[in-house]
Amino acid sequence: MTVSNTKKNKLIEISGLDISFSKNEDKPLVVNSVNLTLEKGKMLGVVGESGSGKTMLALSLLGLLPPGGRITGGKIIFDGIDLANATQNQLAKFRGREIGMIFQEPMMSLNPSLKIGFQLKEGLLSHQDLNRKVAHRLCIEMLEKIRMKEPETCLNKYPHEFSGGMRQRIMIASVLLMNPRLLIADEPTTALDVLIQKEVMEIMVDVADHLGTTILMISHDLGLIAKYADNVAVMRKGIVVEKGKVDEVILKPKHIYTRELLASLPQRVSDASDCSEVAFSNPFIQIEGLKVQFESSSGLFSKAHIIKAVDGIDLNLPKGQTTAIVGESGSGKTTLGRAIMGLTKSQAGRVLLKGADITNLGKKMPKRLRKELQMVFQDPFSSLDPRMRISAIVGEGLRLQNKKSLVDSQCLIERTLAEVGLDASFKDRFPHELSGGQRQRVCIARAIIVKPEFIVADEPVSSLDVTVQSQILKLIKKLQEKYEFTYFFISHDVGVVEQIADNIAVMYRGRFVETGSRNEIFKKPTHPYTCRLLESVHQLSSNEAGGYQLSSRTVIRHEPPKGFIYDDEFDKSNNEFQSNSVQMISLGGTHYVACRPN
Amino acid sequence: MSLNKSYWLFSRYNAFVGFILIILLLIMAVVGAIYTPYDPLKLDFHARLQSPSLSHFFGTDQLGRDVFSRILSATSVTATISILTVLFASTLGTVIGAISGYIGGRLDRIIMILMDALLAFPGILLALGIMAVIGPNKYGIVVALGLSYLPGVVRVIRGTVFSIKEKEYIEASVVTGNSEIYTILRHIIPNCFTPLTVISSAMLGGVLLSESALSFLGLGVPPPAPTWGGMLADGRQFMDIAPWLSIFPGMAISFALLGINLFGDALRDKLDPRMNQL
Repeated sequence: MTVSNTKKNKLIEISGLDISFSKNEDKPLVVNSVNLTLEKGKMLGVVGESGSGKTMLALSLLGLLPPGGRITGGKIIFDGIDLANATQNQLAKFRGREIGMIFQEPMMSLNPSLKIGFQLKEGLLSHQDLNRKVAHRLCIEMLEKIRMKEPETCLNKYPHEFSGGMRQRIMIASVLLMNPRLLIADEPTTALDVLIQKEVMEIMVDVADHLGTTILMISHDLGLIAKYADNVAVMRKGIVVEKGKVDEVILKPKHIYTRELLASLPQRVSDASDCSEVAFSNPFIQIEGLKVQFESSSGLFSKAHIIKAVDGIDLNLPKGQTTAIVGESGSGKTTLGRAIMGLTKSQAGRVLLKGADITNLGKKMPKRLRKELQMVFQDPFSSLDPRMRISAIVGEGLRLQNKKSLVDSQCLIERTLAEVGLDASFKDRFPHELSGGQRQRVCIARAIIVKPEFIVADEPVSSLDVTVQSQILKLIKKLQEKYEFTYFFISHDVGVVEQIADNIAVMYRGRFVETGSRNEIFKKPTHPYTCRLLESVHQLSSNEAGGYQLSSRTVIRHEPPKGFIYDDEFDKSNNEFQSNSVQMISLGGTHYVACRPN
Repeated sequence: MSLNKSYWLFSRYNAFVGFILIILLLIMAVVGAIYTPYDPLKLDFHARLQSPSLSHFFGTDQLGRDVFSRILSATSVTATISILTVLFASTLGTVIGAISGYIGGRLDRIIMILMDALLAFPGILLALGIMAVIGPNKYGIVVALGLSYLPGVVRVIRGTVFSIKEKEYIEASVVTGNSEIYTILRHIIPNCFTPLTVISSAMLGGVLLSESALSFLGLGVPPPAPTWGGMLADGRQFMDIAPWLSIFPGMAISFALLGINLFGDALRDKLDPRMNQL
């Protein structure tokens, strides 16, 4: 660790910590002789992929290991007390007051049936001898610190009245109210959109800084850690493979795994030439004025209101290229993909496949066309039938191709599995025996076995670890080069989109705000929303020395075309844009931006 | 931690006892169908109301019939009826539940109203009514009990199908171009097996008890065929002079139920760990 470490500024010292989940000595330890020091008032980031033991490490500090897990060796010294060998009663004194924890899912960690005020005061009153008035004042102050508007009214609201980002802020407030000396944040922003992620992180760091709280931040996102943490520890399979000051680690990664982790961060592969106008004039799929609406009834007796998930979209998907849709959750990008596939009914507009109208055909789509359209789903854990073997899952599409003998189709299944990087031994396995990355490969195999021309990929890598993510993206690219697939790639991750897309459409609240080729969008982002989106991503870019640097994208804001203004105002009260006269205005080439006449 | 461990031990012990009792029940049912020491229907007025002895293990009843033989024979009748009923209710329930859950909308609402209407009657009363229409015979009981247990299956399967329907592998099946019937048969119904097994095993005990209750009321398999419930009803009049007439059929019912419920609970814990907390 760092040299400047004197005894005084150590808050927690973890030495030789082992955590095991089985009595069997041969089974690998979940956390294996970890030595870490948390310095007072600093933030330590623990990075690793899922299953690396980083969450277990955090939970062990609170004595909250899930059933079956136990500390088998080592010490956790906090203030002279060894938490590893403390009784539950001793630990209970630390929980909340000395050590606070924020969980990943803000939707789950607040009790939906209690008012925010009650939940905030609950901890204060149970841990400290305060009267209600003081507690109330402290709550208001804390809500002001996390930049909540109208803190008084906030206290009387229920959790469901807040968005995910707001709830996570409230969680932070409720934990920091106790003024703990250590704050454990387990993937605090993973469930949030990029734009909100940035806001929540900044508030957390700000308030913790103000109070002098030490933070132990668990994350899979190296970019996030690099941006906010002081020290970093990289974990793999329960072992800390590298630790040190953030700048030093990312600038000069020593361990091979750290380098691997850094190298697999999304990066622009090459400056591919812009696709020409010709490609656009001969689109594989044409979308004209597509609208999809849902009715949502909010109460038992209240009138159903209409949500415009996709609100008049025009788009051409050129053949053999990747068109990516990027936007925050709820922007309608998944609905758009599903509407193209005919899985969701559209209310207006048309979808043309090589000139043939396939709008709303859904299950009635003729086999000949169905074969051309395939889909890779977001969640590889729910997109494979748990009761079918891999060979049956992959081979299902062949059933409708008929005229194939059993031997032929078995051959083809093996070939296709090989194509996605799985050997023949996977054929007889069940989905639950596979890792997330392997499952996603099976999903891709299922889609490509019928040799489609068009594949909708709905967030295909967003549930995967960074290293696996880059492998899958490479696979997707490789298959495109070989078979000239046309991809419709849906993602919320700007970095991934930059890596894979030829053309990009930025979607916001059911509409496109900007479309263009990758270079046009990334080099000259024009719409304010696009700019915000790009700015929110912290990028680690490699330098000549083989290390990495943290760089925030600097976006030069461009003025809208003459005579037009951006329609950036979204009226949340009735879910409408201010104006309906928004047009896509050409900025030259294939670059279009949404604005309305001034 | 230690609490957890003892819980598992306890639960495994339970499962073992339940399993042994069920095996015993099945052996009795098979033996009872093939061989009994005496003819369970044969009257013998010289040997009325004899207490248990070496020649008559469980004694004889008011008409001189051997109680042990009658219990063996009744086991096979009861087991057949219970198993047939469970099969009938779970098969029909799965089909209706899957259709209701998959298609949804108006059809679902109509089916659920019908099921709610069935549920509105107490199970045994409903069975009584249906029995009155069909008449008391073996298959009448199966249909009557089956229909009264149907709504439970339909509800569970419908709920399961609702959640499976939202899974992405169902959409993947649609994208592949499979027909709806194929999707239901290949992807939806196989994934209902876990809750179906759990509910069926829970249902078996209930059905067995209901069947005995119906026979007790004289609406089960018509006499002179022996049934546990019928024997219990007959023995009631001789409770003070020949208690074995009530004790042995009563014990048969109790042990059968105990076995089925213990085994059913263990099966549920194994297949559906989330239910543990309930």
